Amino acid sequence: MSSEPAVQDLSASPNAAAEVVNDFSIQVATVNGSGSQTANLVLIRSLFQMGIPVSGKNLFPSNIAGLPTWYTIRANKHGYVGRKKEIDLLVAMNAETAKEDVLALDAGAAVVYDEPLKLQDLRSDLVFYPVPFDKLVAPVCPDAKLRRLVRNMIYDGILSRLLGIEMAEMERALGKQLGKKAKAVALNQVALKVGYDFADTNLPKRDPFRVERMNATQGKILVEANAAVAIGAMMAGVTVVTWYPITPSSTVCETLIDYMKLYRVDKESGKATFAIVQAEDELASIGMALGAGWAGARSMTATSGPGISLMSEFTGLGYYTEVPAVIIDVQRVGPSTGLPTRTAQGDILSTAVLSHGDTKHILLIPNSAEECYELTMTAFDLAERFQTPVFVMTDLDLGMNTWMADAFKYPDKPLDRGKRLDAETLKRLGGWGRYEDVDGDGIPYRSVPGDGMPAYFNRGSGHNARGQYSERADDYKNNVDRLARKFETARQWVPKELVDLDPEAEVAFIAYGSSHWAVEEARDQLRQEAGVKTSYMRLRAYPFTTEVEQFIDRHKRVYVVEQNRDAQMLSLLKLDLAPGQVGKLRSVLYYTGLPIDARSVSDEVLAQERE
Amino acid sequence: MATETPAAPAPGKKVNRINLDLQTYRGSKTTLCAGCGHNAITERIIEAYFEMGVDPQRVIKLSGIGCSSKSPAYFLGTSHGFNAVHGRMPAVATGAVLANKHLCPIGVSGDGDTSAIGTGQFVHLMRRNVPIIYIVENNGCYGLTKGQLSPTADIGSRLKNGVVNDLPPIDLCALAIQLGATFVARSFSGDKKQLASLLKAAIAHRGAVLLDVISPCVTFNDHEGSTKSYAYVKDHDDPLGEMTFVPFFDDIVVDYEPGTTQEVKMHDGSRVYLKKIEEGYNPRDKVAALSLLHETARKGEFATGLLYIEPDRESFTDLLNLVDTPLSMLPEEIVRPSREALDQIMERLR
Ligand SMILES: Cc1ncc(C[n+]2csc(CCOP(=O)(O)OP(=O)(O)O)c2C)c(N)n1
Ligand code: SF4
Repeated sequence: MSSEPAVQDLSASPNAAAEVVNDFSIQVATVNGSGSQTANLVLIRSLFQMGIPVSGKNLFPSNIAGLPTWYTIRANKHGYVGRKKEIDLLVAMNAETAKEDVLALDAGAAVVYDEPLKLQDLRSDLVFYPVPFDKLVAPVCPDAKLRRLVRNMIYDGILSRLLGIEMAEMERALGKQLGKKAKAVALNQVALKVGYDFADTNLPKRDPFRVERMNATQGKILVEANAAVAIGAMMAGVTVVTWYPITPSSTVCETLIDYMKLYRVDKESGKATFAIVQAEDELASIGMALGAGWAGARSMTATSGPGISLMSEFTGLGYYTEVPAVIIDVQRVGPSTGLPTRTAQGDILSTAVLSHGDTKHILLIPNSAEECYELTMTAFDLAERFQTPVFVMTDLDLGMNTWMADAFKYPDKPLDRGKRLDAETLKRLGGWGRYEDVDGDGIPYRSVPGDGMPAYFNRGSGHNARGQYSERADDYKNNVDRLARKFETARQWVPKELVDLDPEAEVAFIAYGSSHWAVEEARDQLRQEAGVKTSYMRLRAYPFTTEVEQFIDRHKRVYVVEQNRDAQMLSLLKLDLAPGQVGKLRSVLYYTGLPIDARSVSDEVLAQERE
Repeated sequence: MATETPAAPAPGKKVNRINLDLQTYRGSKTTLCAGCGHNAITERIIEAYFEMGVDPQRVIKLSGIGCSSKSPAYFLGTSHGFNAVHGRMPAVATGAVLANKHLCPIGVSGDGDTSAIGTGQFVHLMRRNVPIIYIVENNGCYGLTKGQLSPTADIGSRLKNGVVNDLPPIDLCALAIQLGATFVARSFSGDKKQLASLLKAAIAHRGAVLLDVISPCVTFNDHEGSTKSYAYVKDHDDPLGEMTFVPFFDDIVVDYEPGTTQEVKMHDGSRVYLKKIEEGYNPRDKVAALSLLHETARKGEFATGLLYIEPDRESFTDLLNLVDTPLSMLPEEIVRPSREALDQIMERLR
């Protein structure tokens, strides 16, 4: 099969002069449950294999089958992998949304569509490529039941020809995707070729988009951040995992189960070095995680906003009694059911102070698959070092979408098991009280059941430094003051903010998590299109370090970008900052349920700058 | 308090097979009302663990919230304890035995803690057959929040403010048997002999033990006409001390033969009828156990004794096929996969 790019034959194309190479977005519109996932992953993977930076986003309804779903692939030679609002190439397979999808396109976009939908009459400023999918698939796939799936592979073949995605890479990606299922691979290969050949003879190239091999993905991987969290947890030596299914966090534990079975079973005995339990609800999953953490295991649970709410009471107990556990929060739109399959950064504020009474928690906020891997490991170290629940705040956009990432590095530090009492320490201290601040950093020493060290009674009721029941005013105050001191110590231990300083910039950004990708691109847009220079600080944890203050001091206006309505991170910043600094803060808020895009950020900043 | 390692017993003191004296099995002084059934149960727990020669280092004590849930502080002072949140001790216990399957957990809960807010977790603890001795100190009311109805209260029973319970009680023993608990027994806090032997048998069992112990609450009694009733005492008490006054009652003590029924007058003047199950009773027969519970309940009696046992079912921790070393003690070399493993994962994602 020929693998040369289609465009080479089309030098006579009217658009040849305005060719757009390695910079476009493809949107595939299908029906939930129609099995387009393989075709979409083959498409993104083959672009990736050709060395082109890509990202893939699934936009799906809260439904199992039958409703519209969109998969968007962005290819970008500059490495911008955040969401791009505009669609350049639409693959319209879903009759229900086709018309609306076409009407929403910008002029100049191209549409590959199922011929019977007759979309070409809708607009005259688009390029249309009609494809008789049913006619093409029938001879390829005699089994009518499989046709629905195989049909999707045909559009991959079409795009291969139209965009110039090498056929050999498509086949390789297909092999990677379907693995050992030889029959399925063969069937899909035929479908690919049928699509390719159809385009070759029937669809003269009339759009400007095409790909060219480049070298920007070497050494990189394609991964969902939920899988990155799972790998991080395994490499952090997690031994007790408890969870309750909830979108978008379920795949954290499901992937973890697969990896743990592969890599965490004792070779000689065949026995597990871990326990993973699907709990009866989130109250139980956090309870089990705390029980395990108290008894000395590295434990975790993964959930989303509704589960976080249910964990509130136990989290407060964990904070006050000083029990480690890691909680992964893959955020989604709330409240309660909210939009369960749409993304948001809406749990930041409530999680930072989750529970009643005086509480504040360590939050780690990764922006990428790499950081999901690394900060998950860090979370386990911090949970044990600080003897407290630690939250990893990711979101649906990160967790359930496909990201390009640097291959994960093998950890270069041993596990930090924190201040565990042992015979030597006990001797050195000359006695032990569970909640004594021996070192002045607010962190006491702890013993765990079965370690032979003195025992203590872990109680949520008032206790003194020795762990004894007490309702004395000074005992209570000493204890919560020490907890505050411990939190101050955490400022030096959490991952630092990352700063990109432009010495000439008056305007700056503060962002966190998945908003990073839009901000990075928006900064370039502002500079290139409006001459606005900006600095950027990416928060990676709560509590913040003192660098936040210095950063704000250097700038006149600081835009805090986040994906929620109420400027939750800005509220947390306010708690830390002096009034003069607070006055500099402005908000860029995006809360549609879709991942934030660069254009929305740059437009909003320009609008506010003009005010 | 529990931060000290046990001291060597004084010479001449009675010690058990691991050379510890009874004192080692005690905890801090009780803060429950004098005469509360819960205190009698604490005493039996202390004796049972002492007599069985259990190493306190291997025991973990867990509880929810309530008067009953305070009691782990009053026994086994050298064991680790975890006072959890209301009704959610089962999850904590489950997590702890996952972390270290060699630990021997004893959980103490109240009937409110277990059968109201905690029903969900209780159900799943029993269903999973988590190895634990789960004691419900059942007084048919909420003690700690001052006398509201609990779901184990009998139909027609009355609160001090006159509210009458018109819902049927939850029978925790029947529920536990149904759910898959492998050791289910009922007893009375005042029946020293029976409770002691049930506790010792429970210690020897590996699996989920439910021990439902009827345990009178001395404070929230409302027996009209009784000079010791709450109302009477309240009327005759210093008004400032209204809620802090605790009437002093003696423990109720009963002793009776298998097959017989014993009427026990509770502190609030109400009566319970305890029926000790007969000697020929086969506790391995699930259906017989359930019908016994139904029959006695119909007659307004509580069947006491070992109701059901299934010694051979795998416990939850056995089922998980864990390595022998407790998960909490595994070294880094075991729990962190090799560089090659990570490389392999990365290769697959390339
Ligand atoms: C989430 C929550 N809700 C309510 C309470 C208040 N509360 C404390 S103890 C208790 C009932 C205890 O009754 P029971 O379990 O029967 O124990 P008893 O005191 O009778 O031994 C309640 C409702 C609480 N501590 N936590
Ligand atoms: S209130 Fe009732 S249950 Fe609580 S300690 Fe007093 S007697 Fe016991």
